[in-house]
Amino acid sequence: MRLAEVLITRLIRITGYSAIVFVVLIFIFLFGEGAPTLLEVPPGGLLSSRWYPIEGSFGILPLLTGSLLVTLGAALIAVPLGIATAVFVAEVAPRWAREILKPFIEVLAGLPSVMLGFLGIIILAPGLYAALNLPTGLTAFTGAVLLAWIALPTIVSVAEDALDAVPRTYRDAALALGATRWQTIWRVTLPAARSGVLIGTMLGIGRALGETMAVMMVTGNAPVLAFGLTALFRPVRTMTATIAAEMGEVASGSVHYHTLFFIGIVLFLISLAVNLSAASIVFRQRTRAERVLS
Amino acid sequence: MVNLALAWAEAYQGVRPELNLSVTGGGSGTGIAALINGTVDIANASRRIKPEEVAQAEANGVFPVEFAVARDAIAIVVHTENPVGRLTLDQIADIYAGRIDNWSEVGGEDRPIVRLSRETNSGTHVYFLEEVLRHGDSDDKTRFSPDTLLLPSSEGITREISYNRNAIGYDGLGYVTGEVRVVAVGDDPAGPFTLPSAETVNRHEYLIARDLYMYTAGEPTGESLDYLHWILGPEGQAIVTQLGFVPVTPALTSLPPDEAQG
Repeated sequence: MRLAEVLITRLIRITGYSAIVFVVLIFIFLFGEGAPTLLEVPPGGLLSSRWYPIEGSFGILPLLTGSLLVTLGAALIAVPLGIATAVFVAEVAPRWAREILKPFIEVLAGLPSVMLGFLGIIILAPGLYAALNLPTGLTAFTGAVLLAWIALPTIVSVAEDALDAVPRTYRDAALALGATRWQTIWRVTLPAARSGVLIGTMLGIGRALGETMAVMMVTGNAPVLAFGLTALFRPVRTMTATIAAEMGEVASGSVHYHTLFFIGIVLFLISLAVNLSAASIVFRQRTRAERVLS
Repeated sequence: MVNLALAWAEAYQGVRPELNLSVTGGGSGTGIAALINGTVDIANASRRIKPEEVAQAEANGVFPVEFAVARDAIAIVVHTENPVGRLTLDQIADIYAGRIDNWSEVGGEDRPIVRLSRETNSGTHVYFLEEVLRHGDSDDKTRFSPDTLLLPSSEGITREISYNRNAIGYDGLGYVTGEVRVVAVGDDPAGPFTLPSAETVNRHEYLIARDLYMYTAGEPTGESLDYLHWILGPEGQAIVTQLGFVPVTPALTSLPPDEAQG
């Protein structure tokens, strides 16, 4: 009995630590493969605005701005919609509707992104081309809409769980104080579930940032600098699509190969920054809550 | 040329069921890289192997041998309702280099031109860059306009052109479907302009045509040699015709790539 307990504790501890070890190993590997590019390509070359690797132009700015633009666009669509949907499912919808909606949202989360990419090519891109009179339907906006669709179920699912976990007594107390249903949701339930909602949001954005296939199919992949609102309705090339499209072709150990790994490092650092900022907000909120309670 | 390689493999599997053939796509660079790494017996490529790839292969102890196995023409395609029916090579180069931005400059409607291309890892991309944008001049440093859309597949190009009246694309003649309009190409603005077809390619009248290659690691022997013989024979070349490519003369013509480059 004691032995089993010791073994299980050990096992759980090892699996816990192994997550850290794997992240560190991945970073070491990425760094080892990607860092040489800093020596091979002059900094001005990496920060230039031209990406044409078959002739030695390795400016990653178009790819960086492309990824940021598409992800930001997706977040602007998915976050408000996702939180609103979560609030509806958890707080407003009648019980029977909730029991139908929740599994459907979870199925949506499991849809392969390549399928959404097909829908994007066949329906969304021609639709946007015709509706907005764009030169082409393969734009950053098309990618953002698809990514929002991909991020949405994650946000809704996690945020809804967080809202659901808020104790019944909070709501009862708020209603007893004369708060309306809206005031209860906006001032009590949502703030109480804030960390879970935030984590859902970050997971959703992380999925959007890392998504490759759907984005590659609908954004047109033109490596142009993407700044401002007009760029949203022009083709862009994202970092993930670049890695996916070019990694199969590249000779291992070449400058191009190292630069693709360098792009991997940049992606890794961005998602690390997103996660760390989320963690710090959650942490700050918790300490404040503890102060209030003590 | 993955369609062709697959069709050959499938048909040959019928002839020799005991063999285990598998074909993987991904672009000419992918195949050649795999040949260099020694993971395949035959690499299919729609472009010639580059000198640096030969050097890499030789450093790995692999000596690629080249076979021209079919001919391919690149068709310039536009939307079916686009009134522009013919373009000179110079106009095509100017469009893709970004010097011409509106269809009205080449006799069409007042619409922006949306340029579609295959990804940079496609042999078709490199061929188009070298032979059309740069007119075969290796000192010419013209590049694709940066806003050229790079699509990962031929289907992607066809799909986009099938609904987009602004778009122009290029693709292998074997991939052209009825959903797009093929443009006649000429050298001289006064004509003649030629539409790509098996006949015009074989008579060397159509200007944007090329050979498709297979590379083996060292002189082929055993099964690889039999396979190449079969491909270059009547059965293999019949499949070439079926898929919209153009057959080569049925003779085992091999030459070392580094000499072929010079």
